[in-house]
Amino acid sequence: MNPLKSRRIACQWVGAFVLGSALIFSVAANAAEATADAFIKTVSSDILDKIKADKSILSGDITKISVLVDQRVMPNVNFPRMTASAIGPAWRQATPEQQKRLQEEFKTLLVRTYAGALSQVSDQTVVVKPLRAAPDDKEVVVKTEVRGKGDPIQLDYRVEKADDAPAGWRVYNLNVMGIWLVDNYRSQFTQAINAKGIDGLIADLAERNKTNAKSGK
Amino acid sequence: MMRSLKPSARRVVTALTVLALSACASAPEVASANNPKDPFETVNRRVSNFNDSLDVNLLTPVAKGYQTVTPNLVQTGVRNVFNNISDMWSTVNNGLQLKGRDTAESFMRVVVNTVFGIYGIFDVATPINLERHPEDFGQTLGYWGVPNGPYLVLPLLGPSTLRDTAGLPLDYYADPVGRASDVSIRNSAYALRVTQKRTDLLKTSNLLEEASLDKYSFTRDAYLQYRRSQIYDGNPPDDLDDTSDKK
Repeated sequence: MNPLKSRRIACQWVGAFVLGSALIFSVAANAAEATADAFIKTVSSDILDKIKADKSILSGDITKISVLVDQRVMPNVNFPRMTASAIGPAWRQATPEQQKRLQEEFKTLLVRTYAGALSQVSDQTVVVKPLRAAPDDKEVVVKTEVRGKGDPIQLDYRVEKADDAPAGWRVYNLNVMGIWLVDNYRSQFTQAINAKGIDGLIADLAERNKTNAKSGK
Repeated sequence: MMRSLKPSARRVVTALTVLALSACASAPEVASANNPKDPFETVNRRVSNFNDSLDVNLLTPVAKGYQTVTPNLVQTGVRNVFNNISDMWSTVNNGLQLKGRDTAESFMRVVVNTVFGIYGIFDVATPINLERHPEDFGQTLGYWGVPNGPYLVLPLLGPSTLRDTAGLPLDYYADPVGRASDVSIRNSAYALRVTQKRTDLLKTSNLLEEASLDKYSFTRDAYLQYRRSQIYDGNPPDDLDDTSDKK
């Protein structure tokens, strides 16, 4: 073969290879830089589909729900931040061991109480409202509406940019019908900490979870 | 609250309301916890215990009975009729808040539902994209800058604030149900409305108990956040408190 021609082919190959990998990388980069509203849209419809597809989740099967939460929800949530914010200033005085326990008990509390609400899921869809944020914002509010029977339910998220997260964003607060979840826990947690310290709060949470477990299935 | 009313006018409205309210504010109880939004906590907790026991012993059993004997279709009709009645008052309050579009939509809802929905039994307005914009007089006061005042738990009626309580007499005065000339009809309508509301909440009521360490303060904080959000139509400005969760 003409050495010149073979070199040209090689050049073309290398060129195509470089171009191709550049494309792949840019696609990957784009995926990681999905906008916050696209992130919420994907995650919430994914989870809603999973719930609708599984009768045992709808009927409140706590083991199944916990698996779903761990696999689909937790990677997209900054739970340490949520807990820290619900605890308030006392969080910084807590030992790492206490912080770990607080997170575990708070998570159990949320999963258990909201598992019951899943029985209401039927034909709802999530509509993400237009995002009002600058492209380089690190923390944005994504507003959505759950539509089904009856009046639409306002459901908003505070999300933060997180490069290590699977979708590039993490949720750190949740608003149901105008009520920010994390903020709503703050004053009763502070109340408990003032009365009996951080260990006292952990004990209270554990107690509440035990009672809930007994009354549930 | 930065609304279009001139500051001076806003001050007059506020002053008048405060004057009117100071008459009904009773001697303050000794505050137990130190939440500035809830100076009457001791009394409030007592009232809310009373309400809870009333709920457990009377409202919940009645609602459960009602739910078993009443077909869903009838329940929807009952709900729609009462929604239609409250949409009338929402129309007025949307107007008082100068929300042109919401006023027009609420008014159209009432017209469409009363005429084509046969006195509101069928909600034909929602499918044609006339959505509800519920507003009461407490919200109107909030819109014009009247502050919440202390949190109050009212006997029978539950969570409120001084401002929202001040709005209640007008809400009641404007309520067509309360103006029914026949007392027995009026009382039956009241009872039916409460029962239907309680029935709609049957599934959610355990949630407050299970989700919280202290149901009282959980309910209080939720109510205060909820009203604040309603006054700003779902878009309240960020609280100063919110900065505390920044790392």
